[in-house]
Amino acid sequence: MRYLPHTDVDVQQMLEQIGVSSIEELFSGVPENCRLKKPLAISDAKSESELLLFLKGLAEKNSKTSDWDSFLGGGAYNHFIPTVIDQLVSRSEFYTAYTPYQPEISQGTLQAIFEYQTMICQLTGMDVANASMYDGASACAEAALLAIRAGKKRHKVLLSQGLPPQYRETVATYCRYLDVDLIDVPLQDGVTSQQELSALLDEQAAAVIVGYPNYFGQIEDLAAIAELTHTAGARLVTAVSEPLSLALFKAPGALGADVVVGEGQSFGIPLSYGGPGIGFFAVRKKDMRVLPGRLVGETVDQDGKRGFVLTLATREQHIRREKATSNICSNQGMCVLMVSIYLALYGKQGLRKLAELNYAKATYAKNQISQLKGFAIPFAGTSFNEFVVTCPEPVARLKKRLEQQGILAGISVGRDYSDLKNGLLICVTEQNSREQIDRLVLALAGGEA
Amino acid sequence: MDFPEELKYTEEHEWILVEDDIATVGITDFAQDQLGDVVFVELPEVGDNVEAGETFGVVESVKAVSDVYAPVSGEVIEINEDLLDEPETINNSPYDAGWMVKIKLSAPELLEGLMDVSSYQEFVEKD
Amino acid sequence: MMSTEGRGLVLEENLLFEQSQPGRVGYSLAAPDVPMTVPDAALTRTEIQGFPELSEVDVVRHYTRLSTWNYGVDSGFYPLGSCTMKYNPKVNEAAARLPGFTDIHPQTPEALNQGALELMYNLQRDLGEISGFPAMTLQPAAGAQGEFTGMLMIHAWHEANGQKRRKVIIPDTAHGTNPASSALAGYEVVTVASNGILTKEAVAAVMDDDVAALMVTNPNTLGLFEADIRGICDLVHERGGLVYSDGANLNALMGISRPGDIGIDVMHFNLHKTFSTPHGGGGPGSGPVGVVEKLKPFLPLPVVTKDADGYKLDYDRPQSIGRLKSFYGHFGVLVRAYSYILSMGGEGLKRATELAVLNANYIRARLEPVYTLPNKQRSLHEVVFSEDGLQNECHTLDVAKRLIDYGYHPPTIYFPLVVHGALMIEPTETESKQTIDEFCDALLAIAEEAKDNPELLKQAPVRAKVKRLHEAMAARKPKLRWESE
Repeated sequence: MRYLPHTDVDVQQMLEQIGVSSIEELFSGVPENCRLKKPLAISDAKSESELLLFLKGLAEKNSKTSDWDSFLGGGAYNHFIPTVIDQLVSRSEFYTAYTPYQPEISQGTLQAIFEYQTMICQLTGMDVANASMYDGASACAEAALLAIRAGKKRHKVLLSQGLPPQYRETVATYCRYLDVDLIDVPLQDGVTSQQELSALLDEQAAAVIVGYPNYFGQIEDLAAIAELTHTAGARLVTAVSEPLSLALFKAPGALGADVVVGEGQSFGIPLSYGGPGIGFFAVRKKDMRVLPGRLVGETVDQDGKRGFVLTLATREQHIRREKATSNICSNQGMCVLMVSIYLALYGKQGLRKLAELNYAKATYAKNQISQLKGFAIPFAGTSFNEFVVTCPEPVARLKKRLEQQGILAGISVGRDYSDLKNGLLICVTEQNSREQIDRLVLALAGGEA
Repeated sequence: MDFPEELKYTEEHEWILVEDDIATVGITDFAQDQLGDVVFVELPEVGDNVEAGETFGVVESVKAVSDVYAPVSGEVIEINEDLLDEPETINNSPYDAGWMVKIKLSAPELLEGLMDVSSYQEFVEKD
Repeated sequence: MMSTEGRGLVLEENLLFEQSQPGRVGYSLAAPDVPMTVPDAALTRTEIQGFPELSEVDVVRHYTRLSTWNYGVDSGFYPLGSCTMKYNPKVNEAAARLPGFTDIHPQTPEALNQGALELMYNLQRDLGEISGFPAMTLQPAAGAQGEFTGMLMIHAWHEANGQKRRKVIIPDTAHGTNPASSALAGYEVVTVASNGILTKEAVAAVMDDDVAALMVTNPNTLGLFEADIRGICDLVHERGGLVYSDGANLNALMGISRPGDIGIDVMHFNLHKTFSTPHGGGGPGSGPVGVVEKLKPFLPLPVVTKDADGYKLDYDRPQSIGRLKSFYGHFGVLVRAYSYILSMGGEGLKRATELAVLNANYIRARLEPVYTLPNKQRSLHEVVFSEDGLQNECHTLDVAKRLIDYGYHPPTIYFPLVVHGALMIEPTETESKQTIDEFCDALLAIAEEAKDNPELLKQAPVRAKVKRLHEAMAARKPKLRWESE
């Protein structure tokens, strides 16, 4: 086997040095009643060429976004990925390294994380960002737990119904056996109802969590929500599933958010059937010590030279054990790198231009569809690169019809929102040409593309 | 290692100096040495009531975290705010500039369970 | 801060922000093909303050230079105990980058992504065969989320049986995630002392009707197989509890012993350890969880199933603990792990385990005459020495840092906590006798240096990008982001 370097002679010499006569003897600590008495029923080893052929066969049974006119979003976004990213993250000094516990030989990873933390702070308008979490949904759940921890005796978390359903479900899983009450805040015209929110807020509320943009692509009035939330003494958590929006719309930090979490997949990470992505997590200085996850900080070495280390580790599980701020003990290292390279390439100007282009294309599509007979745009507010339309025919049927024309039309929202039974969530990014959008519009109207 | 004569000590490695009905509390030279470089100190607020045996603060080093237990019951009347900015004072001056809180004793007569210097020294050596 | 002089090819490299030049760009965008409209100005920001402005060349050179300051498995031997830093096969990277795997959207109808679902289904089956568990979830994003998933399922099972149990027993050798995950699942932690190997008596002393589960790591963090495990599982089961096993050290067991056969009820895998997927400088990991039949209804959503029409994502599971993350686990990592299993085959996996154990025992035999081995029992895939016996007040940290000067990544240090100044070495099976001999020679030389010239250890490393870093300073006045002056 090409990954196993031992020759028979090596094995013999090693056994002699150890003082045993067979490898079998080394397992004498495993009692007889714990032994597996048969070979593993796993297929025989494949050669590299056989393996690639086989996996290619599986890969080809899938539907690549690039082969379709895809308007799918809903928490995973089809953006262009510059060639540079895969070239750089393929440097194995990055991807075959472990967590940077030995800072002297991990300065590459550490500086990259420090830069990532900085860029997340700049984008969100916050003070401190961690080295990343698993994904947007789990980061959102950890944000709810942070609010409970920091909110002392408060135990209610108010979840806007505009949060992506998978975020709400993940928060519920995390809080399943903790002393936390989860309360839904209804929507009004596609955004969090301020009236309902103020009725639900009381001195038990630790946090209010809203999407920005929310699941329907709508831009919430964060400043007003922040004011209501703070008046009640709770923290405002903003969950961002499409972070490209932050290059165009006001930063949540500038509007009063206390915690900003979200999914960073849009920034240079392949869709990859939904994972791995990356959860970003940013807070105000006051919550620095209740933050979950890894943190990198700047310091100096013995010669006074700048260097970076993992820091504030006493919050974490390997030291505080059951009293840790979270059980997480990894970050999404590889994905941190992808996001950082993406942001560095697009930079201040490019990210803004890209966000504007997404907005313009989605707006064009929205306008075109709104003119179709039987279709309506149910929400009047501003949306970013996603929007909901209500359709004159059952969404399942419509989607199937468009599939036959090579179009993935969007996501049915009726399953999660009963009052939007015929709602379709359409996402338009820079990857969708005007021709594609026009084909979609034509197909929706019942024509052949 | 230095253990001043005039202080009382606990098994959790706090020291107490009682003057009238006011107890000043900190951690011992042994405790700071075990922890290593102290990087963060969390203190109660003035006006808080503490119970003997309950935690009232936290001392953190780079690699360890230690709760600090109140050796006596009473009201916190002063905290050493300098520690919040310069936690290393605990390493440099555990018995003097590194004091943590002053507690007004609710029952000054209840000071049993505390060790004098020789018993504490013995306790540390045994540990 | 301006760039100072480089030292040969150990290049200096400023932060992205310090290199930024107004007006410089590193992107390209197609000309707009729709009318450019902008949102209401009241909603938009002016610019992202401080964000970098760099050319593509700037960015490429920046990250290339940064990479040279890192040490990966491809750079050299990486004997980090309990982390299983085996070689990351390159074909797995190629497999995970097939466009049919990278360019598929999670919201695509299941019928259109049958290849991805088939891969996940097959991987579930193979992991089940390796571990002896009839049911599996690939959802958890990492080992710690796997632990949390397992503990939630245990909680849900007790709850479904009308039981309210509050405690989980965890040995003192456990990794810190075990108590942290238990607490997150709503449990109080009871720590039990283990003198190398956990005994039935020690468990019996703390086991009662309020204990929901025992959480063990097998082989444990000393590299020892828990010889009493069957009896311990029986005992816990008799008192109505379940047994969770942390699968971090599964690399010692493939083809030898299956947790699902010996009384364990739940176990998580670390695909980034046993199944060769890269650690990525901290992640992404992947932490599938295998369970016995009775826990199957509680698996997180969704579960990959197969029927006459093909593969499906099953959401109709009323007793499920629910969703753990946005979509279906770290699919890209799953592809790599499956590719590894296919390359190795059943026999190859067993051989990997055998050679991993051979390598660890060979290191033990070569170093035992000089380094102190506190636990003499037969160990498997890793070996733990203590710092006792090091001369001139040299500590484990000094040995670790000196190893860097010799060109090695240090072993895990100061863990497990039960060993004084632990030096925990796990070589894995992918290292040759020659590599291991050179490493052992280095450690033996360091022990000599401790005797004759301890300053070499205490000043180490001197050949890395930076010298020892001031960790207390970083923690006292945390500087966690760059800010313009």
